[in-house]
Amino acid sequence: MIKNISNLGDAALYCDFGNEVNKDINTQVIKYFKGIKKENIPGVNNLTPSYNKLIISFDLKKTNYKNLKNLIENLNIDTYEDLKSEKKEIPICCDESFALDIKDLEKNLKIDREKIYENFFKKNFFCYMTGFIAGMPFLGDLDINMRVKRLETPRVKVPKGSVGITEQFANIYTFESPGGWNIIGNTPKKIFDGSKEKDPNFINPGDTVIFKNITKDQYKNFNE
Amino acid sequence: MNKNYFQILRGGINTTFQDEGRKNLYHIGIPFSGAMDNRNYLLANKLVGNKLGAPVIEFAYQGPLLKYFGKKINISITGDVSFKIKRNLNEINGKCYQTIGLENGDELDIISTNKSVYGYLALSAQIDLKYQWSSCSINTKANIGANYGRKLEKDQKINILKINDNLNNKRLNFINTKIEKIRVIKGTNFDYFSDTGKKIFFEREFTVSKLSDRMGMRLEGSKIDNIINTNIKSEGLIKGVIQVPADGNPIIMLSDHGTIGGYPKIGVVISADYDRLVQLTPGSKIKFEEVNLTSAESLFNLYELETQNLISQI
Repeated sequence: MIKNISNLGDAALYCDFGNEVNKDINTQVIKYFKGIKKENIPGVNNLTPSYNKLIISFDLKKTNYKNLKNLIENLNIDTYEDLKSEKKEIPICCDESFALDIKDLEKNLKIDREKIYENFFKKNFFCYMTGFIAGMPFLGDLDINMRVKRLETPRVKVPKGSVGITEQFANIYTFESPGGWNIIGNTPKKIFDGSKEKDPNFINPGDTVIFKNITKDQYKNFNE
Repeated sequence: MNKNYFQILRGGINTTFQDEGRKNLYHIGIPFSGAMDNRNYLLANKLVGNKLGAPVIEFAYQGPLLKYFGKKINISITGDVSFKIKRNLNEINGKCYQTIGLENGDELDIISTNKSVYGYLALSAQIDLKYQWSSCSINTKANIGANYGRKLEKDQKINILKINDNLNNKRLNFINTKIEKIRVIKGTNFDYFSDTGKKIFFEREFTVSKLSDRMGMRLEGSKIDNIINTNIKSEGLIKGVIQVPADGNPIIMLSDHGTIGGYPKIGVVISADYDRLVQLTPGSKIKFEEVNLTSAESLFNLYELETQNLISQI
């Protein structure tokens, strides 16, 4: 449930679901997100769900904070459908030419690479949110012994398709972008497809994601 | 075969097609985009008789040099812009905020914006553009929008599908005002900052850094000290949010911003001040001033009323 609603500037509602990051809270956020989206509330022009917050942006010409807050507080969320979760498999190649940070990870985690990958590939990840750059999925949760900080100096350019880990999360760079995640491999799969207006994201909040190890040859010959 | 087109002889620094932008895509990581200075965007369209939400060409600092081929076409330029029209061997200094007719062979040289960042060129025509999610706005970071999501470059063409009927020439007496005080509402992490940090934010002067673009405006000056945490759990952003990363230098999110961020939010620029905020050039000095939500809403209504007034004068 929403614990508190406040204003973020003059044109957005900041809905706070708590401080922790876990599946239960995030599932609530996504449920509200999908429900409010369906309501098509006049003036609302964007909804941004994240781990434990939902931001509702609106057009100040059409509504205001007070009206919208009142409306959101009186929604009957119980009638909203429960979250549907789809299972997605992502092929990744962990050849050293792609796994830019694997050496440093072995050092920092004090685990050798075989064990790092073993742990990574057996995990069922949960997609908490997508964004920052188009289609980028934030996937959790890594085991406690697999958690590292961001790179101290972020890369100016992380190659497109890079799969990285930081703290309890894994992530895929859907575009070449600056970034500080620890890169362990690369996927040939299109995770964001801007030509599909309806469903541009391959992975959506609430989905379960597993990674599949592929060879460099399979990577080169990969066909969507 | 396109009979009417502009040949790009110089692309300019950051020349893109923009319109009202895209809605309801933050959740997949796509920001609004759209014209940075909304008022000047609307005025440009009105001056050539277009629908207010029609696509325009936005340029920053140095604009494009365009050669026109085709039947007479009306254009307008808004902002604080120096430009010339070269016709045969003559050069005419252009004036902003009025309809200008271009003829076959004319060159439009948009030399620069003056003490401002963005200017707008509207064409009284239907331009051949690709739309994505009902908008042609170019987002160069995600390669979305017209021109494959890339800025306009030398040797490209701007193809015209249809020239609109030329209406009477119009003009507007309008001078863009400068803004020195940016009004903000306290952010959701305001209490992450030390008392000194909060004081610095509202009392000291900041300088707009060179590392500013359509995504964000970086500020330099006094560092703002964080006493709780320099990171938060990543959450949604909106344009105008002022984030303060570990180095203590504020960053203001602008129209092409990343949709999620993990730095504490010290404030949010009010909607009424956004158009003038984006026009601040690197090196400009600014100060922040706190307002409450009710004042921010009235200031926006006032700003909106002024804009509508200007539009109705055309």
